[in-house]
Order: sequence, then structure tokens, then C-alpha cells
Amino acid sequence: MVADTHIRAEKPTRRMHPLPLRIMHWINAISMILMVMSGWKIYNDEVIFGFLHFPDEITLGIWAQHALQWHFFVMWILVLNGLCYLAYGFFTGRFRRMLLPIRLREIIQEMVAALTFRLKHTDLTHYNAVQKLLYLGVILIIVLQVVTGIAIWKPVQFSGLVSLLGGFQAARLVHFIGMAAIVLFFVVHVSLALLVPKTILAMLTGGPRIAPAARRDADHAGTNA
Amino acid sequence: MSIRPPARSLFRPKVAPDQSVLTEHKELIESIERRGFLKGTLSLGALTFLSGCNISDRDAVQSFLRTISSFNDRVQSLLFDPNRLAPTYSVSQVVKPPRFNAYYEIERVMPIDLNGWKLELSGLIQDKRSWSLEQIYAFPEQEEIIKHICVEGWDYIGQWSGPNLKQFLTKIGADLTAKYVVFHCNDNYSECLDMPSALHPQTILATKYAGEPITDPYGFPLRLRTAVKIGFKNAKWIRAIEVTNSYVEGFWEKQGFNWFSGI
Repeated sequence: MVADTHIRAEKPTRRMHPLPLRIMHWINAISMILMVMSGWKIYNDEVIFGFLHFPDEITLGIWAQHALQWHFFVMWILVLNGLCYLAYGFFTGRFRRMLLPIRLREIIQEMVAALTFRLKHTDLTHYNAVQKLLYLGVILIIVLQVVTGIAIWKPVQFSGLVSLLGGFQAARLVHFIGMAAIVLFFVVHVSLALLVPKTILAMLTGGPRIAPAARRDADHAGTNA
Repeated sequence: MSIRPPARSLFRPKVAPDQSVLTEHKELIESIERRGFLKGTLSLGALTFLSGCNISDRDAVQSFLRTISSFNDRVQSLLFDPNRLAPTYSVSQVVKPPRFNAYYEIERVMPIDLNGWKLELSGLIQDKRSWSLEQIYAFPEQEEIIKHICVEGWDYIGQWSGPNLKQFLTKIGADLTAKYVVFHCNDNYSECLDMPSALHPQTILATKYAGEPITDPYGFPLRLRTAVKIGFKNAKWIRAIEVTNSYVEGFWEKQGFNWFSGI
């Protein structure tokens, strides 16, 4: 542990969002959009809710088969990129440093602050509790989306998973709800980012540099929590 | 300013066509549906819009996506466990009648006339004699109460029975090491199964639904029912079975659907 800290302290200062993370973020953003748009086209062929059809203008693929082709192509990018992202988040300590701990009291405080437009964004490098909750939540939902996707794709090979989800149609519904949650996250995430444009810039250029000491302290805080 | 006669079009014939053409083809002319023609020109117009932008880009994207789809075929055949059984259900859960599906509406189903119908066999098969329906009925029957899952997303539980395909292929001396089993259907439909899926214990040549002979809309007299494939892989109104090593592209695969389509 001491040796580890020592090595880190010697490293040059790094950006808030290191390059690999930025690349993975944007690959994920694009593949998620393509998955949702092709998914809408696939959904249109057999709707779950009679009142809900997605207009052709916002779907991907000429016909359902092309949407399926897109869906089953982009899934590889989403999953491979996602695995890299999860590995990166765990092994560099980023998840622990940036997303934990999440405290209920802080969430409530910051929700109130956000709704009354008193939420401060003075320090970009430190996520507030609502951000932590949203980011952690969307990561978990995308993982769930992959799991329910596998269940729908291979309901016989993974029949145990399908019965765990409550049957094939239930798995479809969960997959749909996961999509809805991701779209909702997307709307909130993009609107909030637009309200504080320097956060978008940070995800493009890397954002403020973080002193190694600060990173180390943050790591210790995370470990102690 | 003088009044000029209408300018002669370059495209106007110098000699007018013989009017008898009209009377000779009166019936044909009257049958021309002008609305249909107009609609046709409209979609033709729409097509030129598309070609205007990027037909070739679109072709490139299509061929790329099809390459990925073939890669997915290989992944799926690795994921496929030939010994894993699909869930089965109870008789009380069976939906009657089964749900209709084809590439056309139910009104356009062309029932098979049993006079002269025989199941033809071709390809890597030792005994290529064709089978009458009586012979098929006499074959040991296997019942499967399994879920039909359509690529569109709907599903229903059906009760199918008929010869087990593996037993049938063994009986006719088919080469079970061949790559594909192809089903040729009465409605110009064809489907091609990989051999491991064809030999799966829950793959049958169904002749009956819920204990009664299958009715016309659902594939009478003979159709495929396999528990390990998406719905459209289950060929209906089968007229011939071919065992082969060369891939035959099925009806929906030609449209861009994934070939393996295992579930």
C-alpha cells in the first residue's frame, strides 16, 4: 500500500477525465444511441404498448431486419467497450474515487438544491451525490440491459435467466423499461451538461488537472469509507 | 402577334398509331388501374430520391452489416448447446388455434392438394424415395409443447406432434455429418437449418397440432417445428427435404434476417 502510494505520488498530474476514459465515454454514447434507435425499430414490429410506435424518422434501419443487423452489430461495440470501461473503473480506482460513497442524506440535500437551482458546480472534479447516483445507476442499468438482451436473444440457451426475469415477454418488458431509463438518463444528463457547458468541454479535452496528492487523499477517503 | 400552331414535339410520332390498337386491346386498357399506376410512379419517384443520395453507400453498409451477421452465425453456433432442452409446457397452456404467420396474409394461403402430394427427398440421402402422408403418419410420433418465438417479439405455446427429425433423417439414410438440412415449401419459401439444430431432440416434422392434423393456414400437411430456432426458421407446407453441404439462402435471409437465428 505504501509502495503503491509512493509510485502514484511520483506520477505527473493527470486530467480529471483521462484520455482512455473520454474515448470510452463517447464510444458508449454513440453505441447507446444506435442501440436505442435500432431497438425502437425492432419494437415497432410488435409493440408492447398499443399507443406507442416510434416514428421512422428517429429509428435506425430501413426495415426491422436492418434494425436487427444494426442492433446485433453495435451490441459488440457496446459490450466490449463496456467491459473495458468497467475494468478501467475498477482497476484504476476511479469508480471508488468518483462514484463512492453515496450518502442518502447528501442525495436529499442536493436534490432539494438542484430543484431550487441552488446546486453548485464549483468543483468539476468532485461529483455531487445526485451525479454519483445517476452515473452509478446508468452503469448498472446498461449492464442489466445487456443481461436482459441476452435473455431475449437466447431464451432457450439461457432459459434459467428468462424464468428468473419472469418469462420471455417479461424479459422484453424489462429490456424496454431499461431502454426507457437510459433515455431518461440521457435527457437529464444532456440537459444538465448543457446547463454547465464546461462539463462537456471536460469530457472532450480532459478537464482540470488533478494533483496526485488530491487523488491519493481521495483514494484514502474512499478506502476509509 | 400572330397565333401560332402548337409546336410539334420532337417526340410526337409523324404517323399516328392505328386506332384499331385501342379496340383490339379494349379489355386490357380498361383493366389498367390508373390509381395503381400513379402510386407506382410515386414510389418510383421516391426511389430516385434514395438513389440520388447514396445507393452505393447503403450497399456498402448493407454488405458490412451482413458480414457481421455471418460472424454472429458462427458465435451462435458456438453458443448452441445441442443437448440443452427448451422449456416445455402443459396442455392447458396451449393456444388454439396457433398464431398464423407467413410472408403474406392468411387469405392468400394456398392449401396443398393431397392428390399427388408426396414428400420429396434429395441431396445426401441414401433412400431418396418420396414419402406419402400415410407413411409419415405411420412413423413414430413425438409430441412437443413448446414456445414459438417470432423474430418480431411475440410468442405462444403450441402443442405439435410428428416424426422426430433426427429419427427420420436416420431412417432415410441421410448423411448426418452434412452441414445443412433444407426445406423447400409449396409457397416458394425455403429454409435452411444447420445440422446440429436439425438433430436437436426437440426438432420434429409436425403433422398435428393439439392432437389433430394441422390445418391449412398452419402448414398442412407437413411443417417443421423446432424448439431451438426463431419462428420463421420453421418451414410450413413442406414439399421437399434436401440434405446438403452447400448453403441455400432462405426466404427471410434474402431479406436480411440472420441465418442461424437460434434461440
